[in-house]
Amino acid sequence: MTENIAVKAENLYKVFGRRPAEAAKKLAAGASRDDVASLGTAAVIDTSFEVKSGEIFVVMGLSGSGKSTLIRMLNGLLDATSGTVTVAGKSLMGISAAELREVRRSSISMVFQHFALLPHRTVIDNVAYGLEVQGVGREERLARASKIIGLVGLDGRADSMPSELSGGMQQRVGLARALAADTDVLLMDEAFSALDPLIRREMQQQLIELQAELGKTIIFITHDLNEAMFLGDRIAVMRDGRIVQIGSPEEILTDPANDYVAQFVHDVDRARVLTATSVMEPVRSVVTVTAGPRAALRTMRDLQTSATFVLNRDGSLAGVVRDKDVMRQVKAGDTELRSIIREDATTVSPDTLLVDLVELSVGTDLPIAVIDGTSRLLGVIPRVTLLAALGNVSSATGELPTIEPATTIPISLISEALALEGVAQ
Amino acid sequence: MSDFRIPLGSGAEIVIDFITETFGVVFDIIRAIVNVAYEAVDAVLVLPPFWVIIAVFVALALAARGWKFAVGTAVGLVLIVGVDQWENAMDTLALVLVASVITIAIAIPLGIVAAKSDLASGIIRPILDFMQTMPAFVYLIPALILFRIGVVPGIVATIIFALAPGVRLTELGIRGVDREVVEAGQAFGASPRRILRQIQLPLAMPTIMAGINQVIMLSLSMVVIAGMVGAKGLGAQVVASLNRIDVALGFEAGLAVVILAIFLDRMTSALGGGSTPIGRILAAKKSATIVPTIRDLEPVRS
Repeated sequence: MTENIAVKAENLYKVFGRRPAEAAKKLAAGASRDDVASLGTAAVIDTSFEVKSGEIFVVMGLSGSGKSTLIRMLNGLLDATSGTVTVAGKSLMGISAAELREVRRSSISMVFQHFALLPHRTVIDNVAYGLEVQGVGREERLARASKIIGLVGLDGRADSMPSELSGGMQQRVGLARALAADTDVLLMDEAFSALDPLIRREMQQQLIELQAELGKTIIFITHDLNEAMFLGDRIAVMRDGRIVQIGSPEEILTDPANDYVAQFVHDVDRARVLTATSVMEPVRSVVTVTAGPRAALRTMRDLQTSATFVLNRDGSLAGVVRDKDVMRQVKAGDTELRSIIREDATTVSPDTLLVDLVELSVGTDLPIAVIDGTSRLLGVIPRVTLLAALGNVSSATGELPTIEPATTIPISLISEALALEGVAQ
Repeated sequence: MSDFRIPLGSGAEIVIDFITETFGVVFDIIRAIVNVAYEAVDAVLVLPPFWVIIAVFVALALAARGWKFAVGTAVGLVLIVGVDQWENAMDTLALVLVASVITIAIAIPLGIVAAKSDLASGIIRPILDFMQTMPAFVYLIPALILFRIGVVPGIVATIIFALAPGVRLTELGIRGVDREVVEAGQAFGASPRRILRQIQLPLAMPTIMAGINQVIMLSLSMVVIAGMVGAKGLGAQVVASLNRIDVALGFEAGLAVVILAIFLDRMTSALGGGSTPIGRILAAKKSATIVPTIRDLEPVRS
């Protein structure tokens, strides 16, 4: 399957100042931002990335990192000093103003930090603005705008003036305006930064829902790491005009490219970003149902645990067996492990957030089993692993004692039972 | 005293002479057009009985600001009739209206150009400074040469004098429009012309209206000077009273100027505010045209 690239940036430079082209050349040759300060201010330096169709790509950085400049080069509001931007397969470099307007009309729209609504127009006329510019007739554009107004939850406010709406509602109008233009790509420049935290969270949720429904490609600029982690399929972290890392939220969090990113992600609410997959460990204490109680007992003895997961032949999770039950079975000479399988193992799906694992973990003495849609056992999360992940304990600090629950029967007894069995056979 | 002398003044004279000789026909045409415009407006104001004009002005005042302003307008205009300056006042009003319309027609496009281009702004600004600070009487000399005695040199001098605030406030208004809103227009692919028409001009309108208000006020303050070069009206009365040391006439003519000034000022500032009855009527009209369309669309929405 080939993935469509909606927006592509290659070696973008943007320098403001007296001699931008010269500064860009020097930067490309390896000069630092300070070296070229006399020629101009380098806002964006050697930036390349690809945004896939239908993805939410977040550009994250502090103010002054060049992210707003970067996003403005993607729709040609600012000309790149050098490098190329390609939107929907069309390069924006060196095209005429009329062609650029055509690209903006057909392919790429924008949501602004301070909403940028036309204050002298009603909500519906604001929403229909993109269509009006595209030359859609009044009847049709109002019909389409009304639909979008319903979609973003502004029913009944179509005839209000923007000044009569709260900040959150105004930004809904801004979002609706961009959606109504019906372009594949949406640029969102700090779109939720001016909203208060509760409204912001609500808007983030809504954006994700809308994206799932409409399948737009979204390039989202923010300085808020939690927002980036919540929204982004992939995140580009910017610092001093350069992208220092591009990756999924988990990659950024668990494998920061440098100290700067590491420091940045230090304060992130990890429990709401990391998923079961990213912290789970390989299953060691496991037997197949056909292996029989002796194998189960040996596994438990070797790993010094009091329980082991049992898999069906197709690899799906059958349940758990406890050492006492297995002991009893071994002593009785019974070979049917299936009869003592308990189905009280706690299972979760791979993309469960850590925040949702805590309570489950407290409720059981077994590690949490991570299973996929076909019940296949992917890994386990012992309680200590969960704690380590939440506490941001580096995995480099050494082997974590992850064996649990502790054995309830002395090992000598188990060995004795196994030995006896061996003799009996 | 040394013999050092820069012949700046005679240089200016030579330039004006050159212009007069070369473009005399052009100025004759301009003179004719402005004259016709003035005579037409003057005829509309002077020919009907005074009470018709007063009734119209009072109605406008009522619509623009409400009944208090309407009553004030009625009292003021009747006072002008009472001191026998009605016809002069209407001559002056015609002069102010023609001069203001021409000024605005020049000032707003210039202001737009200055707002769009830093280069144009850099060229226009010092010229405006020059025009505004040069004593207005000085314009009368070339204006007299080029347009001969009468109302036209008065109007031309008025235009030059009143141009600056119109251009400045238009530029200021457009430059003051929220950059993000203009970017929004660009980001949705609107052409510069559309952005100007649908975003910049509407949002700059309060400032531009303040500029228009200033243009009208400055035009009015020029009527006396226009009177010196043969324009009819209150200015001529003031000049006459000055020549005859006639306190009574001077006071009456001056008072009429003040009454006109207050009327025009309140009228134009009301139009710029938007919170006026006229503004409300316009807003109501706008929503009235939208509401039925929305209702028609109800089935589509659900």
